[in-house]
Amino acid sequence: MTTKLFGEPVRRREDARLITGRGRYLDDIGAGALAAAFVRSPHAHARITGIDVDAALDVEGLVAIYTYEDLTGPLAEPLPVLIPHPQLHAPRTGYPLANGEVNHVGEPVVMVVATDRYVAEDACDRIVVSYEELPAVVGVDAARAAEHAVHEEIPGNVAARHHQETGDVEPALAASPHTLSFTQYIERSACMPLEGKGVHARWDPDDSSLRVHTSTQASTSVRAAIAAKLELSLDAVEVVAPDVGGGFGVKIVHPWPEELLVPMAAIALGREVKWAEDRREHFISSAHERQQRQEITVGYDDEGRVTALDVHIWHDNGAYTPYGIIVPIVTATQLVGPYDLPVYRVVVESVYTNTVIVTPYRGAGRPQGCYAMERTMDRIADALGLDRAVVRERNLIRPDQFPYDHRLTFQDGRPVIYDSGDYPGLLTKLKDLVGWDAVEERRRDAERRGKLLGAGMALYVEGTGPGPYEGGHVQVLGSGKVLVSTGLTSQGQGHETVFAQIVASELGVPIEDVEVTTGDTRRFGYAVGTFASRAAVMSGNAVALAARGVRAKALRIAADALEVDPQDLEIDEGVVQVKGTPGASIPLRTVAVLSNPLRYAFDEAARQATQFAGPADDSRPPVAEGDAPGLEHRDYYSPVRSTFASGAHAAVVEIDPATWEIDVVTYAVVHDCGNVVNPMIVEGQVHGGVAQGVGGALYERMAYDADGQLQNASFMDFLMPYASEVPDVVIDHQETPSPLNPLGIKGAGEAGVIPGTAAIASALEDATGRRIAAMPLSPTQLYDLVRDETTERTAQAARRTGVPA
Amino acid sequence: MKPAPFRYADPRSLDEALAVLSAEEGAKVLAGGQSLLPLLSMRLAAPAVLVDINRVPGLDAVEATGDGVRVGALVRHDALLRDAAAARVQPLLARATANVAHPAIRNRGTTVGSIAHADPSGEMTSVLALTDGSVTVATPEGTGTVGWRDLFVGPLETSVTGPAVVTSAFFPALPERSGTAFAEVARRKGDYAVCGAGVVVTLDADRRVSAARAAYVSVGLVPEVHDLTDAVAGAPAEEADWAAAGALARSLVEPDGDIHASADYRRLLVGVLTERTLASAAAEALGKVA
Repeated sequence: MTTKLFGEPVRRREDARLITGRGRYLDDIGAGALAAAFVRSPHAHARITGIDVDAALDVEGLVAIYTYEDLTGPLAEPLPVLIPHPQLHAPRTGYPLANGEVNHVGEPVVMVVATDRYVAEDACDRIVVSYEELPAVVGVDAARAAEHAVHEEIPGNVAARHHQETGDVEPALAASPHTLSFTQYIERSACMPLEGKGVHARWDPDDSSLRVHTSTQASTSVRAAIAAKLELSLDAVEVVAPDVGGGFGVKIVHPWPEELLVPMAAIALGREVKWAEDRREHFISSAHERQQRQEITVGYDDEGRVTALDVHIWHDNGAYTPYGIIVPIVTATQLVGPYDLPVYRVVVESVYTNTVIVTPYRGAGRPQGCYAMERTMDRIADALGLDRAVVRERNLIRPDQFPYDHRLTFQDGRPVIYDSGDYPGLLTKLKDLVGWDAVEERRRDAERRGKLLGAGMALYVEGTGPGPYEGGHVQVLGSGKVLVSTGLTSQGQGHETVFAQIVASELGVPIEDVEVTTGDTRRFGYAVGTFASRAAVMSGNAVALAARGVRAKALRIAADALEVDPQDLEIDEGVVQVKGTPGASIPLRTVAVLSNPLRYAFDEAARQATQFAGPADDSRPPVAEGDAPGLEHRDYYSPVRSTFASGAHAAVVEIDPATWEIDVVTYAVVHDCGNVVNPMIVEGQVHGGVAQGVGGALYERMAYDADGQLQNASFMDFLMPYASEVPDVVIDHQETPSPLNPLGIKGAGEAGVIPGTAAIASALEDATGRRIAAMPLSPTQLYDLVRDETTERTAQAARRTGVPA
Repeated sequence: MKPAPFRYADPRSLDEALAVLSAEEGAKVLAGGQSLLPLLSMRLAAPAVLVDINRVPGLDAVEATGDGVRVGALVRHDALLRDAAAARVQPLLARATANVAHPAIRNRGTTVGSIAHADPSGEMTSVLALTDGSVTVATPEGTGTVGWRDLFVGPLETSVTGPAVVTSAFFPALPERSGTAFAEVARRKGDYAVCGAGVVVTLDADRRVSAARAAYVSVGLVPEVHDLTDAVAGAPAEEADWAAAGALARSLVEPDGDIHASADYRRLLVGVLTERTLASAAAEALGKVA
């Protein structure tokens, strides 16, 4: 590092644009475009017996109506299973428009294109689709019971049976001094970006090319999907992710039906076409996550050390499996957290239901895994009468055990080997930060105020930055501007700032000179995408490597010009200079001009460069063999495996025992994502994650009725926490650098959300003395729980009150 | 989420508004639009004409007199919340409007519109009932007054039908030696209440409870006023058994359950909020008795 930008809380350079209305989101593009709208299934499970569009034909402004019958070639085939897996034995995907059967409310059946969205919806209203209703399977227990099948040819509703084990669990359980078994549930929530999905497509008939803007987390892959499905050359398709108003996972899925159908219509009609998802569409036809039934058996010794862990999970994957079994695998492999488990067996049955598909939502299976593991720790502590922190501490992987091999296979197909960490350090910091040892005092104080107080904690390890690769391109212009491009997309994370910090630090230029472009296939064709807390790790390292390449070339050219050894040069504030020799220098922008032997003097920079240009050597070509004109470099970062970030959260809740209202009064986070590029951005990520964690624990659920109708498909009834519901978050950092990548960084995007449900469940249990085995929990449910005589009391409550459980 | 086609009228007088309403079956009055526009966008309502009364003069006044507070049809919740004279005459107005949603909604939404919308989870319908208020209704035949009992017919349904504009609501003044309180439990700050309670406690000259009445939000299909005096009648205000009044209230209400709260939980909250608000209202009333 030649400057101190890396690690500094540099203010987000994108914010001024985004918060003053100068962002360019999907719906800001193509003001004159035709609008698409969809007729979607009102039934959770039905056969389509007829589609009558006649009444819509009179609507003035109608341009086109498409049904499945209008799809041809690859478009008429089922949507791709993006990530196949041998254990996904019965994958199913929908069609871009329903082909005879619908499997969830909201599945697209007809696409209407009209002069504007109002007219398109008027036409949709007049289209009559006839259905023969079929029995709906709703919820993981109904799928498991399999009285009815979502897909006729899959009678048990099981899409996949994912199984991993690290030893012989049954004898280990039999030999354990203690065992306990329990079942618990976690509910569905969803990403809820403020900007829904959206697609705009423009066909240029003059050069037969297609430009698509889409609100996506993976523009390069959407490009490939469109080219394949519409049978276009990849060269004829450009895909750009404009400013994207949040993703949180839902926009990594691709291609969404609309990402194919809108370009299809644009080509067919020779007109710009746009579709911007509305909120109801987002609720009923995008994606949800999180519902699982977890059956857990744990063996442990008198000290609370786990001797064996056996977990059987039933995971609701919704109607289809376009994203494979990534979420089940992540739950299965991240469940183990920071703990040294002698024997572990996990089976995840991924089951179909007649509900919206389930694909990664920030955390992507980790909150569920954390909930399973951390609640197991709580149960052991409760059974043995030990402090919950003590039980955790006794099971932690020690700092001298790294690299630590869990003998599991991660989502990227690579081994789960933790690269670095200090978990006892996290726990110690957390206890200090939340005041763990003063909780009993706070409990007594709350009692005097008529409140029930409880505390809980949860630890996690998060595999971040999975490969296979990301690339970066850095180019220095004669103006001194440094153009940085990477293929992955941005949804508000602050990539423009962070990547600029990295390049400015690596190259030794002022950050103001650095311009960052992401997610534009015109600029960078190879990319994987923004998900799995991978942008900083993957593209951060890629742009760093690209910057190092540029730096090496700049030093070589400058050394020639200054007639010194490149080793003696440094770059600082955009000037290449001889270390310790004032005056012997050349501006980097001049080096950029020198890098290109074609030097038309369009500007002053080119004229200045001539004074540095040495006499031409007639015996050599102007561009040496193996060299290239221009001061630029492209490089890729491809990790051997994921790097594992970690953290610990604690929550203190207060409950009003008259109204059962729940207030999170303290929320503490200790966070370790290796070397921190920008602590302010990391803290922002943590804050947002905690908000979603609190939402998932106390407010959000997808309220499906037995017929598969979503009862709360609006922001009036789906309760994302407001700022007024999110507690103040206190944060402490720990930095254990990753040995796996040049910058020593680990991902930070998802971390904040992971332990929320587990920590808050623990705190609620601590406050009420009642076993909490289903989350989220609302006041009305808590009231039911505490007045139900059959609700299990915790042993700890009995110890505290002297009343036996 | 785009409304079905509708025509739009923006009359400049009440007569003109009534003329448009008379001419068009299914015309709908637009004031603040905070309930109506979402219904249009979700195509749950599709009126042929929207009659925007925002340019009709004379409907935007809050008039506080010794008898009570008259609130014009274009008075925004926020204006009522900040009207000190109205709060002196009938403190429930400010106390309840403070619980209406968030500032952005209070800035546009109208108190009279919310009453005319007759949503049982609205605050101001309950306050109209609790204060024994009424509305003034203009029709092509003339202007009349409708008391709250005759106004609310069912959820989102009033007795005002045909071409008509509710031009104002009248909230009678708080009786002497009385105190009020208003409290809600909501899932999130500013949400529709899971349960809300407004109460009035009146004392006699000897600081004993002479009347205790309550009305609830999100409980029942139409606003109801429950007289809880029997549980506390004649008790010294400092020692009245407000819990007994809460228990009485629980036995009188018939709440429904929904995805946010079971009927039982709402009944629990009726008891708790009744007890808490009555105690607070009584304390306020005590301060007014020499």
